Amino acid sequence: MERVILHVDANSFYASVECLYTPSIREKPVAVAGSTEERHGIILTKNQVAKKFGVSTGEAIWQARQKCPDLVCVPPDYPLYIRFSARMRKLYEQYSDRVESFGLDEAWIDVSNPGVTISEGEKIAHEIRERVKSELGITVSVGVADNKIHAKLGSDMKKPDAVTVIPPDRFREITWPLPVGDLLYVGPATQRKLRLMNVLTIGDLAQVNPLLIARKLGKNGLLVQAYANGQDRSPVMPVDWRMAIKSVGNSTTPPHDLETMDDVRCLCYLLAESVSARMREEGLRGKCVSISARTTGLETFSRQKTLPRPTNLTEEIAGAALALFEQHFRGKFPYRSMGISCSALCPEDNPIQLDFMGDEAHRMKCEQMEQAIDGLRRRFGHQVLQRCVVMTDRQFADINPVDDHTVHPVPFFAG
Amino acid sequence: MEMHKRRPENPCKRYVKVRADFDFDGSVRPLLFREEDGPACRIDRILDVRQAASLKAGGQGVRYLCEAEGQTIVLFNDEPYWFIECEDE
Repeated sequence: MERVILHVDANSFYASVECLYTPSIREKPVAVAGSTEERHGIILTKNQVAKKFGVSTGEAIWQARQKCPDLVCVPPDYPLYIRFSARMRKLYEQYSDRVESFGLDEAWIDVSNPGVTISEGEKIAHEIRERVKSELGITVSVGVADNKIHAKLGSDMKKPDAVTVIPPDRFREITWPLPVGDLLYVGPATQRKLRLMNVLTIGDLAQVNPLLIARKLGKNGLLVQAYANGQDRSPVMPVDWRMAIKSVGNSTTPPHDLETMDDVRCLCYLLAESVSARMREEGLRGKCVSISARTTGLETFSRQKTLPRPTNLTEEIAGAALALFEQHFRGKFPYRSMGISCSALCPEDNPIQLDFMGDEAHRMKCEQMEQAIDGLRRRFGHQVLQRCVVMTDRQFADINPVDDHTVHPVPFFAG
Repeated sequence: MEMHKRRPENPCKRYVKVRADFDFDGSVRPLLFREEDGPACRIDRILDVRQAASLKAGGQGVRYLCEAEGQTIVLFNDEPYWFIECEDE
């Protein structure tokens, strides 16, 4: 069965939502920009009018204003964008149960079904485009192809409010003349290496000797070459799919630099508590503990250690992290930030070999105690109960690593 | 450098307080609405319900085309807010 995959990309998403919600700025050049006070004064996205003035994403507000003095800059309203993105997704889910988001503004929809051809896919794409415009009030570009890579490439080709089809039998004439940087996962560094090999277009990449690519770019080189040849079989993930957790980690930049082993001990317990609580919440235990530390010169070091058996106890994780720190990082104080993570995860209910020589009774008590702490914190908040070691530094004690951690966008190579 | 004020007053958009029926199937049917400091206005009939964008008022959500006190009203549920579209005076 032929696969029919759509990639829907909301045009200038943040700026479009802002223009929808504020009609008075709709015809003006508009940019959504980070706040100047917090030193994030850069353009995050701009509307079509601003684009005509040459305003580009990533430049400073003052640079953009030089090109376009009447530029209207609005601060980002992420809760609104997240709400809006969920509404778009709800609409896509009316067409398939395989909808995979890629950031807030992009999604793949797999509409493959017996009898659905690429041209049928094009009709669906137009319907989605029209519906998003009338029901949600913003415009999207849609790419239609038989794989995710070409669908994404297609959605970038015509903007705004357009549909581009890349049929499998004609992809060479459409995609091969495009610059190689248009391909997903060919970033500036890869592009630089490819330019040295005189590979400038997607067609050049598709036809270059694979041995040469493998030598210069390794496995990823072969992967992007396969993409250039339209060979991508990766599935669009179903709606209820959740990425398997491979590691649980937490890092923080404390209010002051880490100067002594006492500071490290305090932070180690704080981070280990959060990591172990999250593992218990997910019903997991980990066998490998890693620590990373960043010096004030912004150099990062990391080390890891395998435990005799999987754990999700604060004491054991913090103990392993401290031992690693003592062994490897002692001589390089001060540190700016540090992180702990646990990997080699297994389900909590997997049987484990008890330790005949160790103190199992003590371990079980610790387990019960940590579960009780989890319960109290769920009901009354993280700060309701703290370890003495954490209280040694008032500034550190105020850090709440459990609630303050950030969830990052899901990568393309997930699972 | 001055940032644009978030969502300046828009005369075409009036936020309202709504009393509604929440049905077993999850659908919501507005019964009454009231502007800030205004009288309650009973909705006599709902003529159309659909997802739509309000280009005039600036917003998006479930659009209820209603008849209330002899007038046609366009009422939006842009979760968590409700607003009505008005003519620019």
